[in-house]
Amino acid sequence: MTRTLDIRNLCLRLPDTARPVLDGVDLHIAAGETVALVGESGSGKSLTARTVLRLLPKGAETEGAVEVAGENVLALDPQQLRALRTGRVAMIFQDPRAAINPLRRVGDFLTESVRLTGAMSEPDATRRAAELLTAVGLDASVLRRHPGQLSGGMLQRVMIAAALMGDPVLLLADEPTTALDVTSQAEVVALIGELKERFDTGLLFVTHDLGLAAAISDRVYVMYAGRIVETGPAATLFTDPRHPYTLALLAATPRLAAPGGRLAAIDGQPPDLRHELTGCSFAPRCRFATQLCTTQAPEPHSAPGAPGHLAACHHSDRLEESAADA
Amino acid sequence: MPDTVLEVTGLRRTFGTVRAVDDVSFTLAEGGSLGIVGESGSGKTSTARIIVGLERADAGQVLLHGSDRTARARGKARRLARARQIQLVFQDPYLSLDPRTTVEAALREALRLHFPDIDHARRITELLDQVGLGTRAASALPRRLSGGQRQRVAIARALAVEPAVMVLDEAVAALDVSVQAQVLNLLADIRAQTGIGYLFITHDLGVVRCVTDDVIVMRHGRIVESGPTAEVLATPQHPYTRLLLDSVPRPGWDPRQLAAARRALSLTTNRGNSTDS
Repeated sequence: MTRTLDIRNLCLRLPDTARPVLDGVDLHIAAGETVALVGESGSGKSLTARTVLRLLPKGAETEGAVEVAGENVLALDPQQLRALRTGRVAMIFQDPRAAINPLRRVGDFLTESVRLTGAMSEPDATRRAAELLTAVGLDASVLRRHPGQLSGGMLQRVMIAAALMGDPVLLLADEPTTALDVTSQAEVVALIGELKERFDTGLLFVTHDLGLAAAISDRVYVMYAGRIVETGPAATLFTDPRHPYTLALLAATPRLAAPGGRLAAIDGQPPDLRHELTGCSFAPRCRFATQLCTTQAPEPHSAPGAPGHLAACHHSDRLEESAADA
Repeated sequence: MPDTVLEVTGLRRTFGTVRAVDDVSFTLAEGGSLGIVGESGSGKTSTARIIVGLERADAGQVLLHGSDRTARARGKARRLARARQIQLVFQDPYLSLDPRTTVEAALREALRLHFPDIDHARRITELLDQVGLGTRAASALPRRLSGGQRQRVAIARALAVEPAVMVLDEAVAALDVSVQAQVLNLLADIRAQTGIGYLFITHDLGVVRCVTDDVIVMRHGRIVESGPTAEVLATPQHPYTRLLLDSVPRPGWDPRQLAAARRALSLTTNRGNSTDS
């Protein structure tokens, strides 16, 4: 069966940098699957999502393959690319106010893409927009409003409705709830989940929030310095992490259940783009690192008895022992 | 029982018909840490701005060591003295640091204004050391620094005037998890060393659990629940506090049920503040 999204060995280089911003990214999503991509700023998670729409920074050079339903995005001509962006793949951004023209009515915004591509007539587009607004918990009166008259949570629902206008097979959500309050976050997540089920859309959910990733996704990818360092089912990745970075991130997160007091901070900073990387990108901050880690970049290998749980670490097995000690 | 450093009583502020801050009262113990949690529009930032003096209250009192801060300060010396009492650290250090001023110059400016007679160079080294920044950062412009480093600079600048209270308004919200942990640890160390009281404004309950002794929960401008942090988070009494706690994503989390609970709660409150009494 063709995967909804299949990214294979994706490398992306920017001018005047010493190492690739994305370095051998492998990621796939099946139809109707929810996949979370987690990482910190600069890890390349947003860039990975944007590459799926070929929204690349200036001067970017790519290698590898990015296939949406079997079609290589990196090789499309401008017309095909436009069809992809207005139809099969849709993106929801973090800040809805930055993604909508404040001077145009919500109705114009919602119907613009399908009207421009001629996919729907204007009355059909308006009917569809009204339907989707109802589906996201708003009503058709919103069509006549301007963005400034809506709250952040309402506007993010409009964005979700807009994303579904072209019946996408894949939804890319880049931190869609980060700017929202926790209770609105729950509503928006519930909504995305319901719509995804109804339309059988694949979902790539980009977030820095490990708790949210664990709560909503089927599988998780953890990114660090442009590489996927660990991937696996959401249910086991956070309970039995096999990469020291995942383990460290979990330990650094302030938790409700944990007692107050000091957190296990990760010393140092992620590597910057001005220096070439030899060996494992996390080695300088890793308490498990040995000589081997500084010279040889680890290949991803699977956990015993769990072929879907991969970690790129020379010391995955030592990690388990130390977790047992703690 | 430690002494009270900050006492707020009956604070009220309206914007048009909206009661942004509605009868807010609390105390902060000397060297204590009090969290204010709530969502956007709950009045937590307005409360903070009134306490710092960026906003005026319609009614109520803010007492620092027993003296009132709400009356207008007359004269430069009085204004400076008041500024030294409470310092504010914002969420986004990009916006609160002058992009054309080096770290060292920013600290020197604060010191020159408040303490013209001391050895500034030595105090600057001391402050940078206290927030874990090296001398290389001292000569840097803000854009040369990472988000975590910039937030350390903002904290150093607040510390420079030796305040009694620091108000931290979502001060770690924009930071990555690993950097956030470093800054939270730093703040815990500073409080232990200096005895500065913290007013910690945040929407993140995990952060509240980690750095505060007591907490107040605000909604629609009012305090709906308050108490020791561990107690409030373990056995929340108000339905809104329960909703906030349940909204924190975790495995087995049911966002649909939460969405329903949220709507139910806003209905009961709109019907006449029955749950707020």
